[in-house]
Amino acid sequence: MAEAAESPGDPVTASSRPLFAGLSDISISQDIPVEGEITIPMRSRIREFDSSTLNESVQNTVMRDLKAVGKKFMHVLYPRKSNTLLRDWDLWGPLILCVTLALMLQRGSVDSEKDGGPQFAEVFVIVWFGAVTITLNSKLLGGNISFFQSLCVLGYCILPLTVAMLVCRLVLLAEPGPINFMVRLFVVIVMFAWSIVASTAFLADSQPPNRKALAVYPVFLFYFVISWMILTFTP
Amino acid sequence: MAAADELAFHEFEEATNLLAQTPDAATTSRSEPLTLQGHVAVAVDSGGSYGAEDEVEESDKTALLQEEKQQPGFWTFSYYQSFFDVDTSQVLDRIRGSLLPRPGHNFVRHHLRNRPDLYGPFWICATLAFVLAISGNLTLVLAQRRDPSIHYSPQFHKVTVAGVTIYCYAWLVPLALWGFLRWRKGVRERVGPYTFLETVCVYGYSLFVFIPTVWLFGALALALSAAGLVFTLWPVVREDTRLAAAVLLSVIVLLHALLALGCKFYFFQPLPPVHAAPPPQATSLPPSVLLPSTAPRSAST
Repeated sequence: MAEAAESPGDPVTASSRPLFAGLSDISISQDIPVEGEITIPMRSRIREFDSSTLNESVQNTVMRDLKAVGKKFMHVLYPRKSNTLLRDWDLWGPLILCVTLALMLQRGSVDSEKDGGPQFAEVFVIVWFGAVTITLNSKLLGGNISFFQSLCVLGYCILPLTVAMLVCRLVLLAEPGPINFMVRLFVVIVMFAWSIVASTAFLADSQPPNRKALAVYPVFLFYFVISWMILTFTP
Repeated sequence: MAAADELAFHEFEEATNLLAQTPDAATTSRSEPLTLQGHVAVAVDSGGSYGAEDEVEESDKTALLQEEKQQPGFWTFSYYQSFFDVDTSQVLDRIRGSLLPRPGHNFVRHHLRNRPDLYGPFWICATLAFVLAISGNLTLVLAQRRDPSIHYSPQFHKVTVAGVTIYCYAWLVPLALWGFLRWRKGVRERVGPYTFLETVCVYGYSLFVFIPTVWLFGALALALSAAGLVFTLWPVVREDTRLAAAVLLSVIVLLHALLALGCKFYFFQPLPPVHAAPPPQATSLPPSVLLPSTAPRSAST
């Protein structure tokens, strides 16, 4: 039995057969090598992967990141309880949104009087420091969300308000009047509610249930202030 | 001695009442751990109305707890986490307590229970700052409706001013008060005043009443807020000489009134169009600025 089953490319098992003769008919069949080289196939694959992202064209990199950002935009626009924003967080989307919003909100010309709308820096600071403060508050209350995940969610949920800003700017091109104001008010209120719903869908689960309201209230205040800035914008 | 006997009697009665009502009242009925009150002990007299019964029944257990509890260092995150250890119901209860100050009902004893939090003061100040700025803006809008010659602008810098003012008031004045009380404690050898955080907490929650009444910003809100402060501070200050107590309480009420008046004048007076150029300072605008410009207009119509 043992000598009849000699496999052609197996010198080791041939030489060790007298020693381990009983073993071969118990478990190991001859054509499974019990020796080999120690190679880690993963490593070469990973190295290949790294160099491929380094060597790929800029367009590929940008498109990949843009697709990730776009996918998260979709998750914000149609909020469901999903983990995408939390798992693959990035801060590109919040940066794009914040810069867009701040550019649209700043006053066109530098007026001689200091009274006026917010400057670019003021909007930028309010958005980012507001988001950081809310994140710190959430962590201090004992939430189990990480710092950057929370920043990511809060930043992405500004998307409905940015859309509201675009709509308001378009509406302001028409003739001013009470109807103009009512349309803008309606749009801002709807988008504000959308932002709140989207962010609480992602953030509320991270808090213990007896503190959910404490963690959600600052988010409400944050989006309310941004909505107010959008509503009172005059070109 | 008579006072101690009175207290012992009250404690027993109240403890039995509580136990009778709620058989499982071994843990506190408010879902809080036992209060640590070791560092604040108001001297009780025959009045005994300032939460004395709470102290006597907790003092034995809490002395033991205090020794066991390790306070983490101020450079660790968990140190600050201990100031946010509140539930929604507790915050709402404290807010309700600040809205309805009662003379015998010490805010620090009954509502804080010696566990001050920073969540309330911080977010109430933030809300108040934004509400002030927004209401100021709304006032301007409505004034412009009435009188189209007033120039409307969002006046965003008022948010910054409001924020800085409110936060400075809610943190620096309690600091001064706490320092003063500690100094007086050293002078008079009276048992301890409130800790700094408790003072900040009292001030923060007392500012809450201005948020819903911000349109009025009037005497009622000021009275409620100042009353809350005075009733909370009264037991600590009562031990002092009458002069020092009177001066301290009147200074506190005065500062509070100054805040209210300053906010009223800064945020709720629309600038007349003639004098629109210089940005208003954080002090009160003299009302005479408003009158000469409106008088000729009303005369002409």
